Amino acid sequence: MIRYTIKRLLLAIPTLFVMLTAIFVLVRLVPGDAAAVILGDQATEASLRALRAQLGIDQPIHVQYVSFLGDVLTGNLGQSLSSGRSVIQEVLLVLPYTIELTLASIVIGIVLGLPLGIATAVYRNGWTDYIGRLVSLVGLSFPAFVSGILLLIVFAIELGWFPVLNSGGSTDPVERLRNLALPALNLGIIMMAYVVRVTRSSMLSVLGEDYIRTARAKGVRPARLIFRHALRNGLIPIITVVGLYFGTLIGNSVLTEIIFNRPGLGKLILGALNARDYTLLQGLMIIFAICVIIVNTLTDLAYGLVDPRVKYK
Amino acid sequence: MAGAVSTSPARPGGLWLAFSKNRLSWVGLVLLAAIILVAIFAPFIAPHDPLEQNIVVRLEPPSAEYLLGTDSYGRDVLSRLIYGTRISLTVGFIAILIAMTIGSTIGILAGYVGGLFDQIVMGLLDVMLSFPTLLLGLMIAAMLGASLENLIIAIAITEIAPFARIARAPTIALKQRDFVEAGRALGFGPVRIMGVHILPNMISDVVVMGSLWMASAIRTEASLSFIGLGVPPPTATWGSMIREGFENILDAWWLAVFPSLAILLTVLALNLLGDALRDAIDPKLRAE
Amino acid sequence: MTQAQETALEIRGLRTEFRIGGQWYPAVRDLSLSVAKNETLAIVGESGSGKSVTALSILRLLPQAGARIGAGEIRFDGRNLAQLSEREMSDVRGNSIAMIFQEPMTSLNPTMTVGEQIAEAITIHRKVSRAEAMAEALHLLKEVKIPSAESRLHDYPHQFSGGMRQRVMIAMALACRPKVLLADEPTTALDVTIQAQVLMQLDELKEAYGMSVLFITHNLGVVAQIADRVAVMYAGEIVELAAVDALFAQPTHPYTEALLRAMPRVDRATENLEPIPGGVPAVTAMPPGCAYAPRCPYRQPSCEKDRPELVPLDDTGHLVRCPVRLAKGRG
Repeated sequence: MIRYTIKRLLLAIPTLFVMLTAIFVLVRLVPGDAAAVILGDQATEASLRALRAQLGIDQPIHVQYVSFLGDVLTGNLGQSLSSGRSVIQEVLLVLPYTIELTLASIVIGIVLGLPLGIATAVYRNGWTDYIGRLVSLVGLSFPAFVSGILLLIVFAIELGWFPVLNSGGSTDPVERLRNLALPALNLGIIMMAYVVRVTRSSMLSVLGEDYIRTARAKGVRPARLIFRHALRNGLIPIITVVGLYFGTLIGNSVLTEIIFNRPGLGKLILGALNARDYTLLQGLMIIFAICVIIVNTLTDLAYGLVDPRVKYK
Repeated sequence: MAGAVSTSPARPGGLWLAFSKNRLSWVGLVLLAAIILVAIFAPFIAPHDPLEQNIVVRLEPPSAEYLLGTDSYGRDVLSRLIYGTRISLTVGFIAILIAMTIGSTIGILAGYVGGLFDQIVMGLLDVMLSFPTLLLGLMIAAMLGASLENLIIAIAITEIAPFARIARAPTIALKQRDFVEAGRALGFGPVRIMGVHILPNMISDVVVMGSLWMASAIRTEASLSFIGLGVPPPTATWGSMIREGFENILDAWWLAVFPSLAILLTVLALNLLGDALRDAIDPKLRAE
Repeated sequence: MTQAQETALEIRGLRTEFRIGGQWYPAVRDLSLSVAKNETLAIVGESGSGKSVTALSILRLLPQAGARIGAGEIRFDGRNLAQLSEREMSDVRGNSIAMIFQEPMTSLNPTMTVGEQIAEAITIHRKVSRAEAMAEALHLLKEVKIPSAESRLHDYPHQFSGGMRQRVMIAMALACRPKVLLADEPTTALDVTIQAQVLMQLDELKEAYGMSVLFITHNLGVVAQIADRVAVMYAGEIVELAAVDALFAQPTHPYTEALLRAMPRVDRATENLEPIPGGVPAVTAMPPGCAYAPRCPYRQPSCEKDRPELVPLDDTGHLVRCPVRLAKGRG
């Protein structure tokens, strides 16, 4: 297990480099002169030169690359062009909200999705199955912003159960929960759809395995059969897939934050985009990339914990 | 997670069976056909010109004249919705086609050549796959600028990696099959083997997943349009219509709801169809 | 079988049906047999004969949707197993009747250690502590001659070879000292040399524990090695039932004869091997008369109309389901 962990952690490093390089390339893909784009075509030559120097884009590309890597590795992600604050600062301001939303969504997605998925597999072709599959299919078909808007219209505007415009932050825990509810529900339901689907398929395949028949022949009762024997094996692909879902979750949360007007990394990205704040944009991309790498690594490690064949190869 | 490839192309019988067993797949097919027809015959179906502005009737709720209401420029929502179908389907289809071509080629090459090349490509693919699709599309579209062509390019790029992965697995399996060995022994060049022997055997799998991923492409397109990175106004696209609807959400709920339903129905139809096709052609793909 | 021997398990008129395309078809038709205490009864037949289904029916391990016991009784321990509730059945399974299966590679749970799986078989049915169960599991591993049992107890199934996994399965099955062991082709997936070892082991354990064994196989060689009595099955019915020596000496049913002729034997030149032409009829397309008639060289016109009964050939308990051969045998 130790060897596997180390191997996995080591693998994360080249992945990080590749991602950083990709981001570097991407940000400098902007056709034309970045400084001119930012300052507009009324800018003076002097201010253009100053901005180019500030952005460091007047240097040859390989020099830029090296200093870019150096900056990132020392934790310097630059300064936001629009606010002047450091990128790290901007991120830290909104990070709590994003973490809150992400955790809440994951909890909803798993707590609702896993049992429903198991139920659809166990009661295959029954009512539970049809309803579960339908729910899952519909949930997967909604783009996150569409479901968000519909939720907003129905529950906040029409029914008034939840605030329409919320700032996310509040010292009153109840208020905070009310602000969190719809966005978390939006993300959570989509994740639930995904979890149901993958749980169902994984459990169905496990339940057909020979060792389940052996366990039944031993006299193992249904409850233990499902949880100790089937689920334990079924979790393996489920974990992998849920880990892969994290990328989609990030994308969806960006849209959700926009719809519900919630502060967070998603809205930050949008703001950076609109303000042509390339430094902030780049910094945010880097942070997202790092998060994705961390989640992937954790998923693989969890996989190693659950599947003994990986542990004791 | 794609399993072994089905080496026989889908027989019509198998397709029919899958369709008749799964009633929902019929719904998907009919729905998709209807949507495609709407896109094709848009100029004949749309009651009004989607670009025609009429400030007098702006933000009107659904009425007899304007069946789905009007937007903030007085344009007919229904007509815009109908024309928007063209954009969504076109972008989705072309983007997937491009991604399928490039991605499958990369996948087959990686699988066939093997070795270090394969390892590197796999590593890059994994990186691309784990990165959020929307963010990737967002970055690319942002950097390239908002236009129809750039939108298609951005979405195509986000879908390349899945195609590469799904083309690679059967290539590896097929590479070791006897008929490929025989071809090599006869002196067939690698290009010929890849194109004539390997490609046809996996094309059904690739096409099926393509239909499923087209749903994803349309979702991405709508999301990017919503953010403002799609086709620039005044062209009617579902995503930008929803954006406008969002801005006016308190006064004019219909602006957001109808395009939302349109997206939902289209994506749903593609998902249903894709699922049915996948079950028909290779149940082993279900793990995907 | 002498009447003096006690019966461990008795099946009377079993009919097990599967639902195919909305209709119920019998895979096992009107099957009756009994297994005496300490006896090894072999059930022989090709794929599709219904032999595995019989064993699965005894323990009610058939898939719950799409399969059912349509008729018949399975008498064990004074009760009819066919009528027990699922809960009562799980008390029987692994406890007084145990089963081992054909595929050792996939029949053990990959995420539980071997020790845990054997101990589980014990703790389900006996009120003992986990430590006691593990101690017993260790003892069982040693009994089936797994080397270094102490350390192997905590290993996972993927760390064992096929033959060893099968022994683990046996250990697991015997954990609660069952009265009857159902063995569904346990050695078919193993190497020939390992096969011999496992069979020998089974035999030793059977003697030591005083068990009855219902051994399912398609391999007549194995039958000759270990069985006391043999039942030959074809298309869901028993077509011949006899003591093992009698079966090999006097195969009466045409199918049994054909099986023996198709089997390679040391004392015969290989050119005399004859495959049986034709195939087993599908469950959904069972002919009205004798199921074997289409392939039978002794076929008479009456065979295709009347369904033959299982009738004694002599008073040694040798039963045959073929009026044509019976007449010949007697007359």
